[in-house]
Amino acid sequence: MRTIAVKDIVKAVRDMCIHANRFQPADVRKCLKEGGAREDSPAAKEVFRQISENIDLAEKTGLPLCQDTGLAVFFVEIGQDVHVDGNLTEAINEGTRQGYGEGYLRKSACDPFTRKNTGDNTPAVIHYDVVPGEKLRIAFMAKGGGAENMSRVTMLAPAAGWDGVKNFVLTRVAESRSNPCPPIFIGIGIGGTFEHSAKLAKLALMRRVDDINPDPDLAAKEAELLALVNRLNIGPMGLGGRQTAIALKMNVSPCHIASLPLAVNIQCHSSRHEEVTL
Amino acid sequence: MATYELNAPLSDADARMLRSGDIVYLSGTIYTARDAAHKKLSELLDQGKELPIEFKGAVIYYVGPSPAQPGYVIGSAGPTTSYRMDSFAPRFHSLGVKASIGKGIRNEAVKQALKDYGGVYFGATGGAGALLSTCIKEAEVVAFPEMGPEALRKLKVEKLPLLVINDSVGGELYVMPDLAAVGLA
Repeated sequence: MRTIAVKDIVKAVRDMCIHANRFQPADVRKCLKEGGAREDSPAAKEVFRQISENIDLAEKTGLPLCQDTGLAVFFVEIGQDVHVDGNLTEAINEGTRQGYGEGYLRKSACDPFTRKNTGDNTPAVIHYDVVPGEKLRIAFMAKGGGAENMSRVTMLAPAAGWDGVKNFVLTRVAESRSNPCPPIFIGIGIGGTFEHSAKLAKLALMRRVDDINPDPDLAAKEAELLALVNRLNIGPMGLGGRQTAIALKMNVSPCHIASLPLAVNIQCHSSRHEEVTL
Repeated sequence: MATYELNAPLSDADARMLRSGDIVYLSGTIYTARDAAHKKLSELLDQGKELPIEFKGAVIYYVGPSPAQPGYVIGSAGPTTSYRMDSFAPRFHSLGVKASIGKGIRNEAVKQALKDYGGVYFGATGGAGALLSTCIKEAEVVAFPEMGPEALRKLKVEKLPLLVINDSVGGELYVMPDLAAVGLA
């Protein structure tokens, strides 16, 4: 049994909220920096130029990359031999509170009906998994509203199959057009139950751009669907171009014999996420 | 496609001159408003009360900025998705608003209002909020401070880089998705 102090968790979460909102993950940064060279039209190139300049400015000044610094989403893997010397959920919320406050990040959490802002960007959305070992891994995503609004969960009939999945994803991206700030990242969850597919989709957004699915069939499906998405010619900010999506990742789990759950979670080009292991 | 340097508030002639695809560097006074402020402005209109801002010639920027760090007038300040303001925009245009700044597609009612009242819809680059904030020289909350990031702010901007997405003659810059290329047409 290993004890992890609440104060260390608070500090790690605080720092991660601030850092992730100022610095893109290296793989995302590289794609955005090099994206302009892959486009033909001046408009698409100009979007990438502004995105690139924005990245430099955020790194230099500490301004957040985007004013929408997101709802704070966490995926926590807690080793079954870890003991936390206090309230883990409260520690993550306190780290969020401190990070969004001291980092001059926007507080975007509000009551769904009164729309009254909670004032500190809590409560965070926290998903827990218990895993073997004595480590605590906390992955954070700053999830903006514009792209999240374009996301959907559907329950396909099993007969719909891969063609049905492709049609739903392509239709969703096509209907979203310029709304989610393309070039987007697409996380797809297939299988499990209604809510599990959504969680799988969000986890897919945490995968590295160059992460190849270990299942060759799924790797081929990811590549096929990404290529199709990029034939839609929505392009950077909807102005047309080769890159409607930068990456498409698919996480799959067995499902009920009656079901084919499908979740499409869309992330903007500013895919801000990072993780820490304590 | 032309490039212009214009000043806000916008004249009717300026707004009507613009065509989709034009690049505009906008300076002058503009106002921020997003979901909550639009709802509140609309309620004030319903009640026949005075608005906290002058609508005539107004340019409304759909943005909820992040807080200003010490030494800065504002935090990151890029556009939010515009369709959420579609239900309010035609009425605002009918009362003198000349332009909105956002990102993403507008509905037919908004495009019709741009034609009816000589308005324009500008796109700014989403996710470039740090960069766009450097064009904002002054920021002041002028109404609804209780809304926090959604408060109505008056901004002084210099050469804010914009693209004309929808114009007053029915032009549209956003491309239609190529559904035929993926077998969906």
